[in-house]
Amino acid sequence: MIYFDNAASTKPADEATAAFNAVISSHYANASSLHKGGIEAEKIITAAKKTILSRLPSGGDLIFTSGGTESNNLAVLGIPQPRSYEQCKIITTALEHPSVAEPVGELEKRCFSEGSSASVLRLSPAKGQSFEDRIISAVDKDVFFLSVMAVNNETGFIIDTPKIYDAVKRKFPNCIVHTDAVQGFLKVPVDGDLISLSAHKIHGLKGVGGLFVREKVRINPQIRGGGQQGGLRSGTEPTELIAAFGAAVENYSYSRTHFIELSERLSQLLEGFDGVNFKLNSRDNLPSIINFSVKGVKSEILLHELAQNGIYVSSGSACARNKKSKALIAFGVSEKDADSAIRLSFSHENTTEEAEKFALTLKAAVSRFRR
Amino acid sequence: MELFMAKYGEIALKGNNKRIFEERMIKNIKRRISSLGNFTYERAQSTLYISPNPKNNEDIDFDETERRLLTVFGLGAVQRSLALPKDFNEIKRLGVPYLEKSLVSAKSFKVEAKRADKTFPMNSPELMREFGGVILDAFPHLSVNLHNPEVTVHLEIRDNYAYICPNRLTGAGGIPVGASGKALVLLSGGIDSPVAAYMMAKRGLALDMLHFESPPYTSERALLKVESLCEKLSEYCGEIRLFSVNLTRVQEDIRDNCPEEYMTILLRRAMMKIASELCRERHYCAIVTGESVGQVASQTPAAIICTDDAAILPVYRPVVGMDKIEIVAVARKIGTFNISTLPYEDCCTVFTPHRPKLKPHLADVKKLEARLNSCFIQNFAENMSIKIF
Repeated sequence: MIYFDNAASTKPADEATAAFNAVISSHYANASSLHKGGIEAEKIITAAKKTILSRLPSGGDLIFTSGGTESNNLAVLGIPQPRSYEQCKIITTALEHPSVAEPVGELEKRCFSEGSSASVLRLSPAKGQSFEDRIISAVDKDVFFLSVMAVNNETGFIIDTPKIYDAVKRKFPNCIVHTDAVQGFLKVPVDGDLISLSAHKIHGLKGVGGLFVREKVRINPQIRGGGQQGGLRSGTEPTELIAAFGAAVENYSYSRTHFIELSERLSQLLEGFDGVNFKLNSRDNLPSIINFSVKGVKSEILLHELAQNGIYVSSGSACARNKKSKALIAFGVSEKDADSAIRLSFSHENTTEEAEKFALTLKAAVSRFRR
Repeated sequence: MELFMAKYGEIALKGNNKRIFEERMIKNIKRRISSLGNFTYERAQSTLYISPNPKNNEDIDFDETERRLLTVFGLGAVQRSLALPKDFNEIKRLGVPYLEKSLVSAKSFKVEAKRADKTFPMNSPELMREFGGVILDAFPHLSVNLHNPEVTVHLEIRDNYAYICPNRLTGAGGIPVGASGKALVLLSGGIDSPVAAYMMAKRGLALDMLHFESPPYTSERALLKVESLCEKLSEYCGEIRLFSVNLTRVQEDIRDNCPEEYMTILLRRAMMKIASELCRERHYCAIVTGESVGQVASQTPAAIICTDDAAILPVYRPVVGMDKIEIVAVARKIGTFNISTLPYEDCCTVFTPHRPKLKPHLADVKKLEARLNSCFIQNFAENMSIKIF
């Protein structure tokens, strides 16, 4: 099997599964229990949290969630609504993952029903201007919430969130800045008041993620109950998943040079090939995500044919089957090209031999299925 | 003792053949509920009495048994009842507590009594009046409503016992599956074909399914979806065999050799030919499809002439005159709608022409068909998988 779908999910690191197994077989007590078993579990969670926080901006806390989607929902729907109705503007981008875009839509509706005139600005990148500058210049005193992703899941497009955070906070310290770092965490520098994380994108396990909350930023819980995690996210903490998350973070390093090598080799192999278009890809993008389109073949067909040959890739984003990719359209890609877009996403385990086999299989498939 | 009275529907009207239908239905009932526990079966007066075997003191899930009985074709009504000694005082003493659960939250009721055993000292009107009075005394919050009661309590005096039932449920109706023979359904994964299958099973046909896939144009998930449809349908239809035939070569052959507008009609003919061949080999008596006149280009009357011509057996199209809303209502009722609407393409939507031929002429279609490689159709069995549900 050749697995080129690491932006969808990754193979758990050995250290992560080892941590999971160790905790689940001997530290299964509820971390809120008063006995020694509970205290042990709590210690494991605290240790993992410390590890993860060490890779995030200082001066904040981490809330464990069930994953990226919950973190994004908590960030967007959990922010307190502005006191004054005048300050009711939200800025986000047209590239966001549905787990941000959908809650933002919901927030917009709620503000309206409260009687205020909320407006949401969804920015798209434009040629000739840095996207960060475009976002920064759009923020004014009325904006109370800004949500931007650090790395776009479909294209690997990077947005410099530390730059945005600095500039916005300097001028408008009351504006809450949320960064969706599900694809960006440990891969590019990230910053924000709220930062969403997911474990299974960095060789942890599915079912756990986190939301970094900077000191003095207040959020309202979206899941209420027993008051765990300071009441901000009730529910028994999954100690074993959190331990695996910590282990994954501790052992993760982004193999940038390796990914550049892989993507350059692939470009070499495919560049001249008729109909393959790398325009969706830029050298400034995250090198572990490659997006290209193949003229005249629907990506779904190629995807199935590659899978028949044991090669797993995605068309656009894996969560968005049969939906047109909003992000690709926002980048100005034609609908036809978006229909035939293939996303490859690498891990450190992928090799140039795999890239070569992929290129050969792709060429054979394209010549069979091109119309 | 609590038991089920499963009352025959249409088959009660059968003449000399009644026994055949009856036995088939009992077999189907046993197939559906035997995994829930050990039951005894007794039949009398067009009713099947299904009671937990008294020798086995296991807990039987009555709700689930009831749910399953309601999916068995041939039953007109299902009554979960209490069997009582044929003595009015006993009926009062044991019957009232049994009715409590159904009556305590109701506002109005009526009693319907039937005295099959004419030796019983009270006649039906007397029973209704007297037992109604007993209920009113026990549950004073109730009022009697003869025209539109919330709860109708059925009281039946039969040969051995008296039976009371506060909730008579309408059965699935129709004829027991298998009593009419065996047919083959073309199951695409859409909304219509599972409904067609359900409707023909209701007329007593045992069914197997034929599905066409076109990898890599269609996803493996499309097949998984059809498998879950079979699983759901087997609740009504009994055992189902799913034949899945790879149609990619046939579709590519049509695409490469014929005008695009004829894609759909030629594909439908290929499907009919394969279905016919399978029917001949395995002795099915008919082909069932979910076609509805005018719904899509391949279902215009002219197109149906062309498809029908390729079949060697009668083609049953039970939804032919239904509109989409009616079909959807049935699909929701039988629980296939939410599976059918999962977003995976089936082979029919691969290479869909922009402007399909709405009024194809059979002669033209046959001329085009001559350009195709008939081996792909003849050797379909080489690319076929079978799974049983």
